[in-house]
Amino acid sequence: MVEHRPFLNILAHAVLILGVLVVAFPVYLAFIASTHASNAFGSGVIPLLPGREMARNYATMLSTGISSSGAPPLGGMMFNSLVMALIISTGKIAISITSAFAIVYFRFPFRNLAFWAIFVTLMLPVEVRIVPTFKVVADLGMLNSYAGLSIPLIASATATFLFRQVFLTIPDELLEAARIDGAGPMKFFRDILIPLSRTNIAALFVILFIYGWNQYLWPLLITTDERFYTVVAGIKRMADVADAVPQWNFVMTAAVLAMLPPVLVVIFMQRLFVKGLTETEK
Amino acid sequence: MATITLDRVGKTYPGGVAAVQDISVAIADGEFLVLVGPSGCGKSTLLRMLAGLETITDGTVKIGDRVVNMVEPADRDIAMVFQNYALYPHMTVRDNLAYGLKNRGTPKAEIARRVAEAAKILEIGAYLDRKPRALSGGQRQRVAMGRAIVREPAAFLFDEPLSNLDAKLRVTMRGEIRQLQRRLGTTSVYVTHDQMEAMTLADRLVVLNGGRIEQIGTPLQVYRRPVTSFVASFIGSPAMSLVDAQWQGDRLHLGPFALAAATQGTGAVTLGIRPEDLRRATPGTPGSFAMAVTFVEELGATRLVHGDVAGQRLICAQPADAPLQDELTLAADPSALHLFDPKTGQRLN
Repeated sequence: MVEHRPFLNILAHAVLILGVLVVAFPVYLAFIASTHASNAFGSGVIPLLPGREMARNYATMLSTGISSSGAPPLGGMMFNSLVMALIISTGKIAISITSAFAIVYFRFPFRNLAFWAIFVTLMLPVEVRIVPTFKVVADLGMLNSYAGLSIPLIASATATFLFRQVFLTIPDELLEAARIDGAGPMKFFRDILIPLSRTNIAALFVILFIYGWNQYLWPLLITTDERFYTVVAGIKRMADVADAVPQWNFVMTAAVLAMLPPVLVVIFMQRLFVKGLTETEK
Repeated sequence: MATITLDRVGKTYPGGVAAVQDISVAIADGEFLVLVGPSGCGKSTLLRMLAGLETITDGTVKIGDRVVNMVEPADRDIAMVFQNYALYPHMTVRDNLAYGLKNRGTPKAEIARRVAEAAKILEIGAYLDRKPRALSGGQRQRVAMGRAIVREPAAFLFDEPLSNLDAKLRVTMRGEIRQLQRRLGTTSVYVTHDQMEAMTLADRLVVLNGGRIEQIGTPLQVYRRPVTSFVASFIGSPAMSLVDAQWQGDRLHLGPFALAAATQGTGAVTLGIRPEDLRRATPGTPGSFAMAVTFVEELGATRLVHGDVAGQRLICAQPADAPLQDELTLAADPSALHLFDPKTGQRLN
């Protein structure tokens, strides 16, 4: 559609700019808060320009944390979040690509049942099954561990469907050519399917990494040992202090730092990400 | 190098649909056999059964002396060229060629030698390091053939390899495939729906219809002596005209015209005459008949005259310099008349 109407152009840009402001302003405010002293936000007038405490706030959060609200230094928590996000995203990709492979390329008894069973899990996110899942994880002795943090979140119907759709677009002749070329099922999977879904894997990795990193409820529930606190759940612990005013400057410092890794992942994988969602090169 | 023997081969799908029935052919070592037929006649299914991509429900397939009914495609010692090329899109041309050899554990030096040799034969050496997506249709087709050649298999199987190419390239590639096969001397089975491709390529043709063999023979045998009216109408371009005729005594009547026939018979027959077998005759010649011209197709060297004889359609090929008339008097040599049973379609003479 090609239209040249100045009024529509201005309107479209106004709507877009407004949208950007709505999203960006809170982020900006969080950054401003992280550069002021602790009393700046309690005084009633919210500053809109950066203050002079930035270095001290970031140094404090990275080195010592806030002992009064039981928050350990951010470094450790960010490492935990990173481990959890990586295990969840790689685990989800590994499991869903193999299950999609099985569903698309093999004829086995109850294949449809398996497909629908995976489909049904879409209706059962962690929040719905949180009590029984907690019971299972606790009984298996996985509380306060990386396994406990990540394994219950790994099964993924969405990723399985995505890979199923990708595999369905790969022409059958390619499979037949590979069979004649002497490639068994696993060789076909490794040499043909995985390279052909490379961009989809990258796109999915970005989405799942952010999903894993932003997990809040589950880590909050199963970690009681501060060695396994994750950063997103940790922010909540900082804001949640008894008999004191929350130290918003430190909370916002933690929030800004917690935002960084997902942003970096998106920036560095953007090219592959966009390709994976739009391009079909088969 | 090997012979391929099909003995009463059939394929019935689980739903009870018989795609291929009772096929018996012995393919000689080094022979170029073409399976030809209209779409849905089972020719591709039959080829895929040879390749091992479809299960065989009846009969046996032998490659060399070995029954391969239950042998995996990779172990049948065949190579296949697909209609849409089926090149691996993420591999370079070189890797595409080498993939099958690598999977068989061929030594690296041997792979390099064979790839270089195939590249030289097919003149694809200049783009060995390109990805298939950067190649034209004809180049992709060469790579697909290269992938078959490097394997040095007992047999090549071609599944309509030229139908994705444009008309001109198709003719060129057709010639190249023929020369290549002669040079390598590899037994080949080639599937096509294009009778021209079938005629030009084949040592022997197998004409299929409805999952059954209509006729097996050399291109000239099939062209000159089609054994059924189906083969008669399918092979040859322009197609043979098939009209209803009657025996009256020992004369064959086409409407009011009595034709000179080499044989005798009774009752109704289907009469087939190739357009190129009809020649002009002076009116009144015994055995000649008059055709009312309906329309004319100019082909350059020849001219196809479509016409009407006693309510039935006939086509006649004329030299392009012959005068155009509204009515032509035509005659055919008695030996050029093909007679078929109107019910069974079987040849009568």
